[in-house]
Amino acid sequence: MTSAASSDAGAGSVTPPAGAAGARTVSVRTTLEEAVLPPLVALLIALVIGDLLILSFGQSPGAVWRLLLEGTWGNAYGFGQVLYKATTLVFTGLAVAIGLRAGLFNIGAEGQLAAGGFAAAVAGLLLPGAMPALVALPIVILAAAAGGGVVGAIPGVLKARFGAHEVIVTIMLNLIVLAVLNYVVASHLHTPETLHTPEIRAGMIPRLSGFSTVFHGSAANLAILLALAVGALVWWFLFRTRGGYELRAVGLQPEAAEYGGVSVGRTWIRAFVIAGALAGLGGANFVLGYKHYYEDGFTGGAGFVGIAVALVGRNHPLGIVLAALFFATLSQGGLAINALVPKTLVEVLQGIVILAVATAIPEVRRALRLAVRRAGVV
Amino acid sequence: MMAETALRLHDIHKSFGPVQANRGATLDVAPGEIHALVGENGAGKSTLMRILAGMYAPDTGVVEVMGRDVTGWSTAEAIAAGVGMVHQHFMLVPTLTVAENMVLGSEPRLGVRFDRERAVREVEALSARTGLHVHADRLVADLSVGEAQRVEIVKALFRGARILILDEPTAVLSPAEVDELWNVLRGLRAAGDTIVLITHKLDEVMEVSDAVTVMRQGRTVHRTATRETSPAEIARAMVGRDVTLAREAAGRAPAPPTGGVALEVRNLVVAGPRRPRAVNDVSLTVAPGEIVGIAGVEGNGQTELIEAIAGLRATSAGSVLLGGRDITRLSVRERAAAGLSHIPEDRHRRGLVLDYSVADNLILGRHEHFARRGVLDRGAIASHAAERIAAFDVRPADAASPARSLSGGNQQKVVIARELGRDFVVLLAAQPTRGVDVGAVEFIHAQLRASREAGKAVLLVSAELSEILALADRIAVMFRGRIATILPRDRASEQALGPYMTGALDAGAA
Repeated sequence: MTSAASSDAGAGSVTPPAGAAGARTVSVRTTLEEAVLPPLVALLIALVIGDLLILSFGQSPGAVWRLLLEGTWGNAYGFGQVLYKATTLVFTGLAVAIGLRAGLFNIGAEGQLAAGGFAAAVAGLLLPGAMPALVALPIVILAAAAGGGVVGAIPGVLKARFGAHEVIVTIMLNLIVLAVLNYVVASHLHTPETLHTPEIRAGMIPRLSGFSTVFHGSAANLAILLALAVGALVWWFLFRTRGGYELRAVGLQPEAAEYGGVSVGRTWIRAFVIAGALAGLGGANFVLGYKHYYEDGFTGGAGFVGIAVALVGRNHPLGIVLAALFFATLSQGGLAINALVPKTLVEVLQGIVILAVATAIPEVRRALRLAVRRAGVV
Repeated sequence: MMAETALRLHDIHKSFGPVQANRGATLDVAPGEIHALVGENGAGKSTLMRILAGMYAPDTGVVEVMGRDVTGWSTAEAIAAGVGMVHQHFMLVPTLTVAENMVLGSEPRLGVRFDRERAVREVEALSARTGLHVHADRLVADLSVGEAQRVEIVKALFRGARILILDEPTAVLSPAEVDELWNVLRGLRAAGDTIVLITHKLDEVMEVSDAVTVMRQGRTVHRTATRETSPAEIARAMVGRDVTLAREAAGRAPAPPTGGVALEVRNLVVAGPRRPRAVNDVSLTVAPGEIVGIAGVEGNGQTELIEAIAGLRATSAGSVLLGGRDITRLSVRERAAAGLSHIPEDRHRRGLVLDYSVADNLILGRHEHFARRGVLDRGAIASHAAERIAAFDVRPADAASPARSLSGGNQQKVVIARELGRDFVVLLAAQPTRGVDVGAVEFIHAQLRASREAGKAVLLVSAELSEILALADRIAVMFRGRIATILPRDRASEQALGPYMTGALDAGAA
């Protein structure tokens, strides 16, 4: 992240010794190796185990994988579904990653996502139907972020003020938020005979099928653009702003951050509010872009898959976008291969990828260094 | 048959990834001698000794103990063969008693039960035999560091060690405890035991050892009998060039303070992790152009005092004034703005974000000045880094490399370059040369003197009495949270300060 700084330094008054340029290339390469290789190795492991599982069902791995790809990236509908699912996962993945960057384990993306979706739906219901989209959209999107942010603030404040452990608070808060929303919708806001609210009047996000008929029937909508823009914004915040500098310092070494005049508690709260807002924005995908109402249980575990997305994506926005696409492909692909093997197979694969990434990171690195040295490359 | 050498390590090479810790190290130690293994931090002393103790296997080279080739043996085999290591950081379980720690892993049993009485009996018998006094029944948590170290030595002997390796044993001891340790080692030598003493303090080498081996950059570069060498010669071998030793530089008269008070601490009380009054009613002043040194055995409240002045630890009572202004309630950031710089005692924990680049570390605590409306100014950060790196000769001169990848001395240079690079009135320097090589010590001392010459007030805390004596104009001794005495430089010496460090004398109590 400091490559710009270093090249400027080289052009300045100091001439770095000849070795410095070489050392920098090495360090950039190690960084890349550390960031990219573990997920790739994990993927490979999952693939091999997947092959064995498919064989145990008496099917040909090649046929199943082909079917999975055809059902996802092979046609517009499947691809649209992948994009739709990935959109929510980008938001929840970012929500977990911001927490991890600040040294916090945010297990609460599920509840934050639900709260964001609910807030967006309520805002959309309250706005007059005649309101132009350019006015209504920012309002409902901000409502989604605010809804998630409020839920995110709770574990942040409790940790900063009372030292309450964020893992326990966020897990419990998931249950509380989902139960409260369930009660509010079921007793006050639901459309008769259903578990969802009435359709919103304003603030719909256009679906892709509105632009091209090939996406007909798929839930994909322009919230994907919002996800990509927010991902870029998160990168910029983390690596280019004072707030991001402080947040990462708190995550890496809270005592050094404190020494540097950073309020650790305040940074925790800020990180949790941002994380909640990011997860909350994910609610816009379903509520504003797809169904146009809040429905009980719409989150479907996307908040928890966000943990996997952040881990596999190595807490980097670019990695998170790729990881979100990967997990969305697996999820959608499970439906496609259901005829040959149980669709729970892909859930097993998801689990294996997560386990492999979580355990393989240091081991992969060590083994690789050893192999490279033995080969005499370095 | 008695072997000619108790242990022999020949042409040892050992790498950890890209780091070559040992590259051609050779050590011969005769039976019944105290052999000093000296070198700067990172010279490979500890690695070499861990290879001897069976913790690492060498990449190439031969290890012989009592004439037997034991290359690549395990720690269990090393212990069985009578090689024991006393580590720099004690490896004792604080919640167990001394006797329980001794027998851990080979507990005497009575049926399935732990035979506590027998353990205590055995430990007391050994203690009596060697003259190393330990209380078998006391909890390790209640011991002083000197006692804990004695327990470590007895533990090694208890396991049958005849070859004892001590890794920087004096780092945590008061002068009196150090003298006691030397007596213990001489006693063991008289009993025929062989001792390898790892250290970087030259006075210890001269005081207690029979022979010296010097390491530099992973190689053993010099071996001699102690009586045939001098501190200057050893220092030259350690660094590879002539160095000014702190003791010699101390003769220069200090610049007279220009008057006034830059930093004042009034009746300060600070709670520590274990004691509610880790700092107990401390008052002191530092004038512009003055270095005030705080001596004392570590753990007597120095850390808490510095952190309270820096704003990192809450005070229970009393006040801190900077240039006459009360800063007791100000935040870390506000204190920095008021002119307080701080070299923290633990650069790995506080002073640096190890995974941040050198450039990013050089703005820590000042980063708000490198941001415009919340956006970091990468250009300004880079040119600031280039300027600081050049001014303080940080190596490698690469602003983008992570602080973690630098040597200890260069890491400390980054901290000092940052803290001296801002406008400041008062500098808190806590253990400024801990874990840095001799060359960097020289440089850092010169920087502290330059700060004094520039009219800054410096409050220096160091566990190295020689460092305090070399730099400070006035010397305070802390004992159990209180200032036991404050002496001007010309009346201070190791002999004069020692009794205050151990609580034998207390001018404040009178």
